[in-house]
Amino acid sequence: MTQLAQYLVGGLATGSLYALVALGVVLLYRSSRVLNFAHGDIATLGTFVAFTLLGRKLPFSLAITGGLAAAALVGVLFFFFVLRPAKEASLLGKIVLTLGLALVLSGAVQVVWGTDTLVFPFPLSDTRVHRIGQVVVSETSLGTIVTGIVLMTLLYVLVQGTKIGLAMRAVAQNADAAQALGIPARKIYALTWALAAALGGAAGVLLAPVVYLDPFMMLDPFLKGFAAAVMGGMDSLPGAVLGGFLLGIAESVFAGYISFKFKTTMAFAVIILVLLVRPEGLLGRVYHRRV
Amino acid sequence: MLPRSADVALGSRASPRTARIHLLSVSSDLLERYQDDLYLVKGATGWLTVAALLVGLVALPFFLPKVGLGYLLFIAILMAANVIVAVGLNMLVGFTGLISLGHAGFVAIGAYASGLLAAKFGLPWYAAWIGAAVITAGFGFLVGLPALRLTGPYLAIATLGFGIAVYQVLVNWTALSGGRTGLPVQQLSFGIAGLTATQQLYYVAAGAAVVLSWVGYNLARSHVGRALAAIRDSDIAAEVTGVNLLWYKTLAFAISAAYAGIAGAIIAQALRHLEPQSFTFLESITYFAMIVIGGLGTVSGAIIGAVILTLLPHYLSGLRQWLPIFYGAAIILMMMVEPRGIYGRWVRIKMYFKAWPL
Repeated sequence: MTQLAQYLVGGLATGSLYALVALGVVLLYRSSRVLNFAHGDIATLGTFVAFTLLGRKLPFSLAITGGLAAAALVGVLFFFFVLRPAKEASLLGKIVLTLGLALVLSGAVQVVWGTDTLVFPFPLSDTRVHRIGQVVVSETSLGTIVTGIVLMTLLYVLVQGTKIGLAMRAVAQNADAAQALGIPARKIYALTWALAAALGGAAGVLLAPVVYLDPFMMLDPFLKGFAAAVMGGMDSLPGAVLGGFLLGIAESVFAGYISFKFKTTMAFAVIILVLLVRPEGLLGRVYHRRV
Repeated sequence: MLPRSADVALGSRASPRTARIHLLSVSSDLLERYQDDLYLVKGATGWLTVAALLVGLVALPFFLPKVGLGYLLFIAILMAANVIVAVGLNMLVGFTGLISLGHAGFVAIGAYASGLLAAKFGLPWYAAWIGAAVITAGFGFLVGLPALRLTGPYLAIATLGFGIAVYQVLVNWTALSGGRTGLPVQQLSFGIAGLTATQQLYYVAAGAAVVLSWVGYNLARSHVGRALAAIRDSDIAAEVTGVNLLWYKTLAFAISAAYAGIAGAIIAQALRHLEPQSFTFLESITYFAMIVIGGLGTVSGAIIGAVILTLLPHYLSGLRQWLPIFYGAAIILMMMVEPRGIYGRWVRIKMYFKAWPL
């Protein structure tokens, strides 16, 4: 029982990472139907920028803000200079564009920071632990879970409770109608890109103390977060959170009880099974397509 | 007539200017009769080009050492393998409009299957290769099943997951793959007398590339190719007009996978040592880049893309770390400037002069 609780805590920590990544992916997809394959690389870039700023003796909070701002800037620039000029590209065309961005960014990180692994100085420690009953929680896991939940709540408040959120929802529902009502759709898109990229960057920073910094550090969490988004339903923000946590917990429990080595294989097998039963994801809406 | 170019898949802009070009670029020539659209090779120039290409391919192993470029023969073998993967992938992505981000997984299955079939069962090379193609086609069929229900992002993640899963299984199932240390592949005898092993492999690989490209061209202009294009343009409309989606979607996946399987067998023979690291997500993306840069939805485009992206890393090896940036920028530029790829641009230039002064 204790063991299961232990795995659940581990799953919650990774799950909140996946959920953060998934939220970024879903934010973009439901507003502009762009499947952002560069999400992980934008996050990696943000994390590396934060790392460099930390090296310049900046306080931790400022360095993190700088990293997230860099990620957001990349997102906005990509939107304005690549996606907008090519706005009539189809789904496949947009996927190809973001794949291109992913290659450029991961190449740039390799050129600037090299391929060696770096250690990210983080104020929370992985070895200091808290005990809740008999369950051991490391400080990093606790920090990751708490930060993740805080960010998700903030996003919820932003989307559901503010004027900007209302505009975002309107644009996601019908961009033309929203524009006709005077909502600046282009600005909202740019804002969505910035938000999504910053969320990814936050996930990257939270991941940094667990794995070492290297140019491909976000590949696995990005794929899992992406998969979580697909599992939850690509146009549902609660679905992304649900998918993220479910995937994290399933992976952790599977790794603990059955096989650590095959946990990624299991994750994708589960997703494909979920999609076969519910092709629109767990909380996604069913579309009736027309010719 | 169904558009052969990938216009619909990529959503061409519907301005009057492009509309006219679109009409012209339906095929690679100005067509006056329906029969014109059915020719595989058209006119004396067409046949001369094909003949020159074939002669060039045959003469290559003898010509290269003469100019001191003998080592390029190895690159030529890899190029043949990449051409095969690209033509197969293009059939799936460019013709059928189904996305696959896990094609390296199929290549890996083909490579390991051919290696193991030859080593464990002592099969001759052709039997091992055909076995590899059949096995990968089977996997392609399995991956194609979800494709019946999934579209867009959902299919992308399913195929991507497949690619990752294959890699993970290869890394962790050491009994099968030798794990991270790799699996040595024994040299197969192709039984062509008087040639070195590399030359023999080159002829077999180039022959396979030519035959499979020819099959690709033929498939594209047959009823199968038209059914696939109809699915790409609108699968519901295709189904209503009598295209069996279950059959053609899984068929597209199976054919595409079989191509990748043959290419994997060639790669296994060329490298003679297999390790999972040769079949990562990045490889899948590189295959994808080949067909995008060359031209989605045309066999010639896939070939051009594969040739370019095989030669580039070789000539830019001093700038290896810049390569991803270059690929990425090339993909973005290509999508923005010419979504139909290099081949599409070439067709446009040709049409401009043919239709001149219109």
